[in-house]
Amino acid sequence: MKHRISEVVSGLKPSGIRKFFDIVSEMKDAISLGVGEPDFDTPWHIRDEGIYALEKGKTFYTSNSGLMELRKEISVYTERKLGVHYDPAKEALITVGGSEAIDLCCRVVLNPGDEAIIPQPSYVSYEPCALLAGGRVKIIDLKEENEFRLQPEELEAAITPRSRLLILPYPNNPTGAIMERSDLEKLVSIIEGHDLYVLSDEIYSELSFKGDHVSIASFPGMKERTILVNGFSKAYAMTGWRLGYALGASEIISQMTKLHQYCIMCAPTTSQYAAIEALKHGDQDVEEMRDAYNERRRFLLHEFKEMGLPCFEPYGAFYIFPSIKEFGMSSEDFCTDLLMKKKVAVVPGTAFGESGEGFVRISYAYSIESLKAAISRIKEHISALRAG
Amino acid sequence: MGVLKEDRIKILKSIERDSKVNPKELAIRLGVDETELINEIQEMETEGLICGYLTVIDWDKTGDQTVTALIEVRCSPQRGQGFDTIAERIYKYPEVSSVYLISGGFDLMVSLEGRTLKEVASFVTDKLSPLESVLSCATHFILKRYKDHGMMIARKYADERMLITP
Repeated sequence: MKHRISEVVSGLKPSGIRKFFDIVSEMKDAISLGVGEPDFDTPWHIRDEGIYALEKGKTFYTSNSGLMELRKEISVYTERKLGVHYDPAKEALITVGGSEAIDLCCRVVLNPGDEAIIPQPSYVSYEPCALLAGGRVKIIDLKEENEFRLQPEELEAAITPRSRLLILPYPNNPTGAIMERSDLEKLVSIIEGHDLYVLSDEIYSELSFKGDHVSIASFPGMKERTILVNGFSKAYAMTGWRLGYALGASEIISQMTKLHQYCIMCAPTTSQYAAIEALKHGDQDVEEMRDAYNERRRFLLHEFKEMGLPCFEPYGAFYIFPSIKEFGMSSEDFCTDLLMKKKVAVVPGTAFGESGEGFVRISYAYSIESLKAAISRIKEHISALRAG
Repeated sequence: MGVLKEDRIKILKSIERDSKVNPKELAIRLGVDETELINEIQEMETEGLICGYLTVIDWDKTGDQTVTALIEVRCSPQRGQGFDTIAERIYKYPEVSSVYLISGGFDLMVSLEGRTLKEVASFVTDKLSPLESVLSCATHFILKRYKDHGMMIARKYADERMLITP
């Protein structure tokens, strides 16, 4: 039979990371620094609460927006961490991971032909979500010399009369870049002046190693035009629980909830109960994991400096993003070569946008022992490349 | 130096997990100066904050038979000394590996390493029970070690994540 697939869908590029994944999964005994999820297990008391919810038979749908108790805890947490208050009844929606929130947000704020401004390198799903919502995409190529922080001039230059939504992905996957208060401050008047919405993806907010994470939503006047996306995957090592949330103006959140109601019904109930426990009693776990990541971050940066591979100091998430430009190869060729010769998997920067060319993403969501093993192989590989 | 004092807990936690960690590497990981780190560790050794360095061994794998017992001891405290004197009399035996003063239904928790069941039993009957202030003993033998010093002994967990994820 001749399959007639939607042109929009078949026209979407397959995720760059998918292609590389297929090569890697063929390899036996490859060691990987390619994972975008914590190596820690979900802390036991959180898992235990999930198990308890199952034991008590809490296996039904929750309300579309998610358990009220969870939304209240999220509100308390967000006020405590970011200093922004959200009404749990009207301004919060529990989603299936941050990913769903990104999708819903694009569909709610974009009209056909509206432009979403996406700084890259960044997470793989912004562009397809904006396109599927009927929007157009305007890419900003972030620069290493600015430590991949979004500059006001870059934003200004990207804006057109059709600009509607700015995606602000910080702390950033794959670069590890952060935006500090002074960086965000410079964007506020531009965003307001051009009447943009901001989708602020703050999923890595707890993994910020230079002072506390600052949200764009905390600036005066910005809460109403920001859709803040966060979740439990990175902070509490809960990737497989699939739980995130969106916070924003009730006018937006109610529309997102309407879509969520039709597509999803509600986020997994077990995960929601576990998440309440995470927010109530998880601070110390987060701190311990953050400290461990920070140790690895310093260690890895030092090792790359020793290797002579240029790398700006990333202060967020759990990635470093060294440059491999000196070898005159594309990122993909470099990564394939490293994989074939040394069986180490890292992700080409181009998986996250064309401006990732010349860089590779290295994840430090691994034990120090695993990092050491991989580093020594990378060292060998680089010496061999330099020796020609 | 002032900043480093605050890092003491972090240093201690790191070497508690891995006492063989290379000081240079640890200094990099904690973002402190290497010489200061070494000095700090030495200082903590002198102060008795660091009491020693141990190795966690799964003796079952050696095929060497040993028996570990946990003994609950009830005893009467002595005027002016509480349980200190009796505890000292007990912990001086080399076969005793730890002694804790405990709240609750008994007073001292004594752990004991022996080669055989009989050896442990004779320690309890010949040495421990006859002590004047010891009122009673309850001996528990360890059958299997699941976790010791924060380490999983019984089972290792493999990394089950996919090799590449976005």
